[in-house]
Amino acid sequence: MTPAGPQDLRADLEIISNHVPVAARVLDVGCGTGDLMASLVAHRQVDARGLEIDGANVAAAVARGLSVVQGDADVDLADYPDDAFEVAILSQTLQTTRHPHLVLAELLRLAPRAFVSFPNFAHWRVRLSLLWGGRMPVTRLLPLQWYETPNIHHVTVDDFRAYLADRRITVERAWFLNRDRPTSAAAANFRAEHAVFLIRR
Amino acid sequence: MPEDSRFGPARHVTLPGPFVVDSGAVLGTVDVGYSTHGDPRHPTILICHALTGDQHVASPHPRTGKPGWWSRMVGPGLPIDTSRHFVVCANVLGSCMGTSGPASVDPASGCRYAMRFPVVTIRDMVRVQALLLDHLGVGRLHAVVGGSMGGMQVLAWAAAFPDRVERAVVIASAARHAAQPIAFHEVGRQAIMADPNWRGGDYYDGPPPAAGLAVARMAAHITYVSEAGLTEKFGRRLQNRPDGATGAKSFGFDADFQVESYLRHQGISFVDRFDANAYLYITRAMDYFDLGEEHGGRIADAFRGSRTRFCLVSFDTDWLYPTAESRAVVKALHAAGAAASFVELSSPFGHDAFLLDVPELDRVVAGFLAS
Repeated sequence: MTPAGPQDLRADLEIISNHVPVAARVLDVGCGTGDLMASLVAHRQVDARGLEIDGANVAAAVARGLSVVQGDADVDLADYPDDAFEVAILSQTLQTTRHPHLVLAELLRLAPRAFVSFPNFAHWRVRLSLLWGGRMPVTRLLPLQWYETPNIHHVTVDDFRAYLADRRITVERAWFLNRDRPTSAAAANFRAEHAVFLIRR
Repeated sequence: MPEDSRFGPARHVTLPGPFVVDSGAVLGTVDVGYSTHGDPRHPTILICHALTGDQHVASPHPRTGKPGWWSRMVGPGLPIDTSRHFVVCANVLGSCMGTSGPASVDPASGCRYAMRFPVVTIRDMVRVQALLLDHLGVGRLHAVVGGSMGGMQVLAWAAAFPDRVERAVVIASAARHAAQPIAFHEVGRQAIMADPNWRGGDYYDGPPPAAGLAVARMAAHITYVSEAGLTEKFGRRLQNRPDGATGAKSFGFDADFQVESYLRHQGISFVDRFDANAYLYITRAMDYFDLGEEHGGRIADAFRGSRTRFCLVSFDTDWLYPTAESRAVVKALHAAGAAASFVELSSPFGHDAFLLDVPELDRVVAGFLAS
């Protein structure tokens, strides 16, 4: 199987893929079956490692030749030494962790920089669903009902910005997506379905 | 390719000694029984066998006629592909299938070694395999692969010869033998040594301690399967009686339950193919295995700077070498900065899963070896 080019990846992964330094040592936390890793290895010559909680996903990733370890971001990041990587990636996983703040702290312990992407819970469609429907939103990026969603810590763009400011974590860059197209930072909390932050210690 | 008697199934070589084992004892020469498959010009994969395994990994066993013990994994077009790799598997030091062990004749005395054979270690087994590969003209290894005790050898290989091992596949194994498996081994050894036929190990001119060895095998076999597996296979079902009565209790101590009959069969069929003293020596080598201990208490220091890529697999129903044992190795590999893959696969078969039909294992092994 030819690894996907960056243009074939999910929109947030495409952004991450295009901004990871060539030949960097990278840890992809919550790597799934390794689509992003495979693209990074093939197109940016990175030394990619992955952590993934689902055994079937890990087996699929290892079967395609990737170095992926089965584990839980809430528990097993502690096994990696300080500065083991140049870049850590946490895409669409933050909102599924039990202790997102501890996971973020771990990311910036084992790498000086981290890409973090998440669905924005303050997107206008989400607000509309709560405001008019009075129902937990079921949207394109949040497709599951409240009782079966893995997302246990919903977060908004402004929540995340406030958290980073509070912890004195630097935002090196940020990208905001609406229908997979860029949208401005200013109105991101309302307009962005999806955010990608590149943060630094 | 010209015919070279070194290559092929069921080969034998006497390696010149002296060979100094970890205990400090010296073997004058070392015999090795081994098999090779595929073209020796291809990249080499070394397969390490488990406690009671042998070199007949992918070809019929010469004595029993049964297919090779891993013939579902090793062969042309299989995950360990003999049409693309040169595959080597050697009987371990201390065993009884052609490699020097307690049943071998000591060339110095002309008598069987019996308990005069030195106690050997997993690392001694690995060093003999390295000498065999020198004899076969193999330098670097595309991969070393093994399950259970085979996985311990793989870890020992990667620690002792990091520059020779490109890939390491460690299945259902551990970096040290914990108290529970040591305890089960001790039960087995005591059963052998309590058999009056054992006679301090000097039984080769008389009947072997078959009853003791059979009990050792029965106890060990329980540790290889899962509780759920035994329940599903046997439950509390009763045997048919010789007089034709079906499923009746004998109100005696015959094998009433099917699980009893099954274990007795496992024990009895084992004594035909295995030497009781070899069982003592190999279980001892496993008990002594502690990779961290050999490296100042830290497993990570065994792999620091290693460029070997590791793949570890555990099974969710394996309670002999549970997932936590593999995780401990993975953690050490992270600390050492080594490239590691690890997955816990789901299987109903317990520890024995590495030998049985687990399609996901095939995919993981094939994908890892191809990368």
